[in-house]
Amino acid sequence: MNEQPEQLRNFTINFGPQHPAAHGVLRLVLELDGEVVARVDPHIGLLHRGTEKLIEQKTYLQAIPYFDRLDYVAPMNQEHAFCLAAEKLLGIEVPRRGQLIRVLYCEIGRILSHLLNVTTQAMDVGALTPPLWGFEEREKLMVFYERASGSRMHAAFFRVGGVHQDLPQKLVDDIEAWCDPFLKVVDDLDRLLTANRIFKQRNVDIGVVPLKEAWEWGFSGVMVRGSGAAWDLRKSQPYECYAEMDFDIPIGKNGDCYDRYLIRMEEMRQSVRIMKQCIQKLNAPDGKGPVVVEDNKVAPPRRGEMKRSMEALIHHFKLYTEGVHVPEGEVYAAVEAPKGEFGVYLISDGTNKPYKCKIRAPGFAHLQAMDHICRGHLLADVSAILGSLDIVFGEVDR
Amino acid sequence: MDDAKLDALGQTIVSALPGAATGYQVAFNQLAVDVEASKIVEVVKYLRDDPNCRFVNFTDITAADYPSREKRFDVIYHFLSPTLNTRIRLKAQADETTQVPSLIEVFPGADWFEREAYDLYGVFFVGHPDMRRILTDYGFEGHPLRKDFPLTGFLEVRYDDQEKRVVYEPVRLNQEFRKFDFLSPWEGADYPLPGDEKAGPKA
Repeated sequence: MNEQPEQLRNFTINFGPQHPAAHGVLRLVLELDGEVVARVDPHIGLLHRGTEKLIEQKTYLQAIPYFDRLDYVAPMNQEHAFCLAAEKLLGIEVPRRGQLIRVLYCEIGRILSHLLNVTTQAMDVGALTPPLWGFEEREKLMVFYERASGSRMHAAFFRVGGVHQDLPQKLVDDIEAWCDPFLKVVDDLDRLLTANRIFKQRNVDIGVVPLKEAWEWGFSGVMVRGSGAAWDLRKSQPYECYAEMDFDIPIGKNGDCYDRYLIRMEEMRQSVRIMKQCIQKLNAPDGKGPVVVEDNKVAPPRRGEMKRSMEALIHHFKLYTEGVHVPEGEVYAAVEAPKGEFGVYLISDGTNKPYKCKIRAPGFAHLQAMDHICRGHLLADVSAILGSLDIVFGEVDR
Repeated sequence: MDDAKLDALGQTIVSALPGAATGYQVAFNQLAVDVEASKIVEVVKYLRDDPNCRFVNFTDITAADYPSREKRFDVIYHFLSPTLNTRIRLKAQADETTQVPSLIEVFPGADWFEREAYDLYGVFFVGHPDMRRILTDYGFEGHPLRKDFPLTGFLEVRYDDQEKRVVYEPVRLNQEFRKFDFLSPWEGADYPLPGDEKAGPKA
């Protein structure tokens, strides 16, 4: 008791880079005053692969697979942003069936991401059952990815001008059959978590972000909706055929971790609603037709045509060696990815490669606020807050 | 917002900030304003607080490298106005020694984005309290997104079993790095074709 107070000093610990609650390779240097967090210094970049530099050396087609590897729990949503940016520069419009397939798969991606996030967030605060239930459904969804594109995760399915291939009717029917049973799984998760006393104690009033701060920290997606802004790019700046879809945007009141959890649960239900409408429209007569633009300067000709037509063969050869020439200009295109606003800022100099491609990842903006949000919380809350920020290191580190 | 409204907004901004905002363009239904790098804080404050703008959501900071220019970098800012439901892009020119004022006082979210621009391009931001590298390795040298930085980099890293630690070595390529350039000589390519060097510059 006689010790001088100056000799007390804060305790510094390392959280990660190999910690299951760090959701990947995050290293947090935490300065603790007792059990209260005094400062958080996130060290990122342990998964930096130089995606933006690589894209500058690749043609537009070769750049698409890199986008799967950013936020690898919802791959197609990222490809979508890049394709939209290139399409804006090229001034082309995707055929209706292509748009519907894109929206259908983007919503599957949203459910994939939210299922992972909601259930692992529950695991971070101590519940083991939700991930077991949720991952079963994720597995089914990844089978849908595989049946459309050939791979479970890194799909590379979207193309500038549409999607790579049409969906077989059986696949569309199977996705439709999956929708209603899935809503029951969401209800089950709901019953497990929403009213759970421990889950609430760990999440309610933890990590509160007022709306004004959310805007100035560059938050987007669930993070601003949790703080009460009715802002969703699918509604406010509709791209593809989102304008004709009927769905609601859930918003929160308190801006805490619990609100963000509730929003994600509701968004999964809304996504199913959008998927059902997509399937209905895909089955309607005006939903049939091409899935990619018919312009052979942008999209390759059909295989059958190439056997007979010299011109088709030349087009194919030119597209897969030289690639598409994108007119000079610069454009920013953003989509409402499951984690927030995922933007691609593309500068083209008129050649077949992007001059610059900046990837604006939502997780990057959210993670930098860790210090701001965590200050004054207890050590155990750090993992709850980190869980509700929805971080995936593929997109933060790029 | 349609192009006419964006055009009007661009005019308002340029006339309200003489000397700071020097010009604007509207392309692909997006507004881009050219600004003086030293006045960026003033511009951003105006955009955030003016009731006709309300660009309260910080989106992105990045840079672009044009090595042939006297001021080689464009520092590019993106903001979003939820009230107007529109975006704005600010562009300021800078070179390796220009001191760009940091936005961190106006938008705390600029923190990591400025660190990233510094790390990858070497643009300096003054007034930033913590200008460390962010994405590259501890102890990394150089700025990888500059156009004169090679794709393969300079150092490679491996675990050395004898020394029982990770060692850094100069990059050793088993074959020369091959750059596949498929630009058609009829359109685009403006350099002599391989084997055609003697032909001399085209008249």
